Amino acid sequence: MADIDIRAVHKSYGKTKTLHGVDLSFASGEFVVILGPSGCGKSTLLRMIAGLEEITAGEIAINGRIVNTLEPRERGCAMVFQNYALYPHMTVAGNIGYALKVAGVPKAERDRRIEETAKIVGLSDYLTRRPAALSGGQRQRVAMARAIIREPKVFLFDEPLSNLDAKLRVTMRAEIRKLHQRLSATSVFVTHDQVEAMTLADKLVVMNKGHVEQVGQPLDIYHRPASVFVASFIGSPAMNLFETRVETGAATVRFGGAQVPIDGALAAQLRGKDIIVGIRPEQCVVVQPGNGVSAKVDFVEELGSGRVVHAEIDGQPFAAVIGEEMRVRPGDRISLELPPSQLHVFDRDSGRRIEFEAVPRAPQNAAEAPVLAIVE
Amino acid sequence: MIQRTPFADTFTYVLMALGFVLLIGPFIVILAGASQTLQQVNSVPFRFVPQDHLLENAAAAWSRASLGTAMMNSLIMASLVTVGKVALSACTAFAIVFFRTPLKHFFFWMVFITLMLPLEVRVVPTYAVAADLFQPFRLLIAALTGIEVSVEWNLLNSYAGLTLPLIATATGTFLYRQFFMTLPDELAEAARMDGSGPARFFFDMLLPLSRTNMLALTTIMFVYGWNQYLWPLLMITDPAYKTTMMSLVALLPSENGTPDWNVTLAGSLIIMAPPLIVVAVLQRWFIRGLVATEK
Repeated sequence: MADIDIRAVHKSYGKTKTLHGVDLSFASGEFVVILGPSGCGKSTLLRMIAGLEEITAGEIAINGRIVNTLEPRERGCAMVFQNYALYPHMTVAGNIGYALKVAGVPKAERDRRIEETAKIVGLSDYLTRRPAALSGGQRQRVAMARAIIREPKVFLFDEPLSNLDAKLRVTMRAEIRKLHQRLSATSVFVTHDQVEAMTLADKLVVMNKGHVEQVGQPLDIYHRPASVFVASFIGSPAMNLFETRVETGAATVRFGGAQVPIDGALAAQLRGKDIIVGIRPEQCVVVQPGNGVSAKVDFVEELGSGRVVHAEIDGQPFAAVIGEEMRVRPGDRISLELPPSQLHVFDRDSGRRIEFEAVPRAPQNAAEAPVLAIVE
Repeated sequence: MIQRTPFADTFTYVLMALGFVLLIGPFIVILAGASQTLQQVNSVPFRFVPQDHLLENAAAAWSRASLGTAMMNSLIMASLVTVGKVALSACTAFAIVFFRTPLKHFFFWMVFITLMLPLEVRVVPTYAVAADLFQPFRLLIAALTGIEVSVEWNLLNSYAGLTLPLIATATGTFLYRQFFMTLPDELAEAARMDGSGPARFFFDMLLPLSRTNMLALTTIMFVYGWNQYLWPLLMITDPAYKTTMMSLVALLPSENGTPDWNVTLAGSLIIMAPPLIVVAVLQRWFIRGLVATEK
């Protein structure tokens, strides 16, 4: 159990900067998922916590102790790698127990702990096998057992599920979650898969191009994405985003031949402003023809539980999720209502979310007028 | 390319048979000649059929060239060269592949360039150094301080002298480097996370993983060490350190003496045997280590 503090951490390789000042803090026992597209610096950050990469600037503290110059073995972290990185010439038992062997734990105790750990991950019958004779899921379990046996303060997972097939991935995901409940060590899990991120995380960190875009609980991030990037990256199918300008008269945006109203309280400050409006496909409502926004259907994806309609509005692609009872064919025209309360509004220049909030009891602001705040 | 036509098959077999005869021919001559009597070996035409006098000829050769000492010396020399080369090249490749130093490419290329400088090319300067180890330092000290230091220290007539100059090897370093580079980075990182330092990683991971490479290298290097001729000839004047290749001369019939080529051939058969045995025993590993890496 340990908390982790990351303060103004930078990383550059020669002249290429990959991390531009990351500030994060993870509470003890938390399951943190770092999510981002490839090349966003998430693995680099994880490897810096582990001690496999040098920290160019800033500092990382584990349990209050700055670990910048410590060797990986002195940091109390265990890591599960994407390609498992098992030792091919050792048996499963040898792999699991290697850290203890290096640490000089006597053979009898080592064997006992290997047995125990193997039982946790369900590998008791495979201890004498070589990694080459194991399936992908079993190898993954060996990699996890190898981390567990050290009783680390911090677990680091570097995209551990991406080499598994879809079904196994779901099983292993559940097992990792269960394991965390059982061991309750602080866990940092790096992935580019938003489903993994949403299902596993206590705290979700979204990264992009070496910056932290947003930190929060998965649902918060889903419902209130702090930037256009987060809005488009989280949620499947992705959020519909369109650039527009708020009318100077009424607080509406023109879209698909209709005037879509912007939430009333926001409207006053937004008149005439360039914005990006977003709405999730699952929040669009199909209405009677003639009402709402008119869209031309391009093609339909069946999901079983519903279907995703890919349509076109004003020449821009637009997706909507509709119930399975509705029959829609390519070429049809449908009418969609975009509920004002479900609209996300972003500043077009900065890409940040524009939030409407009432400032509570600010003394100099007696009128309690709604103000615009750009979420940082 | 796999083709199954009668013509291609015949052609392949002819080629293989030709190669086989070319390679095995001299060996059959030795084997036949070594087992014949003095009369038989000198009869014209030569008969390629082995007879049953091999053991007596071998005994005669053994005593004539005092092969006992020579074989022992050659064995020691070849073993030391092999062990030295295998160990040194593993360490060099380890340093080149797994450590981040700005000069590592420079060092790798320096090692690589020595492929162009086999012992035969640099034999004179190498001999000069081996005959007077302090010479370079003496020159340096004299140039810097003007003081003449006279220290006598040489490697002539010693096992160190026989083996040390042969131990540095670019081939071995290259072979190890190629193998080490196929290992995923995560292997080293996982070992680091498990608390193992560089030395532990080398002994616990790299050595067991590179076993086939090591055996392949052992085969090549043992044969190389055993077949050394020029260098022992320069370094050794004391008969106690003579190697087998040097004794080959002693096996030749004297100019006006009996032309007992059967004894000479029996002697060369003995000298050929050790590398042959090493290759025969290790050939499975030899091929695996050079052709592909184990999964």
